[in-house]
Amino acid sequence: MLKGHQSWIFENRPSILSTGTVGGPFEAKGKIPEAFDILHEDMWINQDSWEKAQQKMLEEAIQTTLKKGRIEKENVEFLIAGDLINQMTPTSFAASTSSIPFLGTFSACATSMESLALAASIINAKGANYILCAASSHNAATEKQFRYPTEYGGQKPPTSQWTVTGAGCALVAQNGNGPSITSATIGKVTDMGMTDPFNMGGAMAIAAADTIEAHFRDMQIDPSYYDLIITGDLGHVGREVSLDLLHDRNIPIDADKYVDCGIAIYREDQPVLAGGSGAACSAIVTYGHFLQEVMKGNLKRILVAATGSLHSTLSIQQKDPIPCIAHAVSIEARGEHI
Amino acid sequence: MGDKKKQKLQPNQQRYQAFQQKREIKRPIFKNCIKAFLIGGLICLIGQLISTFYIYQFNFTEKTAGNPTVATLIFITMLLTGFGIYDRIAQFAGAGSAVPVTGFGNAVISSAIEYRSEGFILGVGSNMLKLAGPVIVYGVFSAFIVAIIKTILTQWGGF
Repeated sequence: MLKGHQSWIFENRPSILSTGTVGGPFEAKGKIPEAFDILHEDMWINQDSWEKAQQKMLEEAIQTTLKKGRIEKENVEFLIAGDLINQMTPTSFAASTSSIPFLGTFSACATSMESLALAASIINAKGANYILCAASSHNAATEKQFRYPTEYGGQKPPTSQWTVTGAGCALVAQNGNGPSITSATIGKVTDMGMTDPFNMGGAMAIAAADTIEAHFRDMQIDPSYYDLIITGDLGHVGREVSLDLLHDRNIPIDADKYVDCGIAIYREDQPVLAGGSGAACSAIVTYGHFLQEVMKGNLKRILVAATGSLHSTLSIQQKDPIPCIAHAVSIEARGEHI
Repeated sequence: MGDKKKQKLQPNQQRYQAFQQKREIKRPIFKNCIKAFLIGGLICLIGQLISTFYIYQFNFTEKTAGNPTVATLIFITMLLTGFGIYDRIAQFAGAGSAVPVTGFGNAVISSAIEYRSEGFILGVGSNMLKLAGPVIVYGVFSAFIVAIIKTILTQWGGF
């Protein structure tokens, strides 16, 4: 049901039945290794290209999710997923091997929450019984496409971010005992004329602030409603900018309750500069870490605002600004919603 | 250029950029310069040692020792790039490891490794000079311009 300008309320309370997360060696050394169902020692994952490695991780995330949810893949109506690689081929190939009817989504690093919001919406309208939604990224594949060859020695500025290697998947169902998806806010694309692809956090911060503000306005609630407000991959720069923006707009978010997946995933001593990024970042940290906290009862209500910068290498070369987006999804422990 | 670009921005975009810039983590330029100076100097010192080695061991002259020295440095770079060490040195050294010939070698070698998955001809062959190509193009072009200026000055300038 539409609420306000750009939000949905899911009155039938679709629930997240199970999740699956896969990570690479660098993520294994990070702050939350327990968030992963499968961790790989090798970036190649026995494949002969980075893109195939990404596809493999996505397939594993999907299989793990199905196994944990005890659902046969024949019973899943749709797969909604996307990634960052040109024309999303890793996702398409993974969709082809899983042979589940497939909807491709692209919101760069906000793909995870776009997929989850759409899945919840379809489930809520009884358009399906089970929907898988997933996002994946691979550090080397992304570096190759968006920046330089992996082994190229170019010094990165302290505002740049490290693309997460991994995949995250969630199974959304009509009913079940998992946490429920209660509402979602679809973001607008923002363009603040920022052109530096090595400072995506700074560019995306306004998108996060806009969507979070819109969510509170549409839902007529204030930040104290949530135990935690989680942003996708703003990193240190973007987190600070967006928090200050929200404070400037008189939205009193407690700094302790405002966390970022890009900061949560890696330890401070890992050479990630401003933090993690990539389509898998918000998917893994949300599904593998924060959702588990909700299931354990440590958190009751969370708002996840995944952020994405929608540029391409072509648009950057042609000196176009970076368009950014954020989508927010509210997840609540069963029985906690009003 | 900077001002021209700024004029095109809407007032709200300008405000946001100023707001964002205040919170941006700045590049430590002074520290980077010192690190680049030290590592760049160290690479040159190694080059000098190799050069001296060739002169004293293999009867090269100061003029002819240049080529084998460059080849040796590029060979070492190839190993360091292949083993995934050069990009780590570069994150620390910045221009210090990008400006010497080792930086040029790394640009070619890293591209060659990266595009291997797309085949030898259209992958490695056409992408190998993706990063180093502009260096060659503008290196040759500026040498051409300098040569013309020099010719004009020596022929007609009376030097």
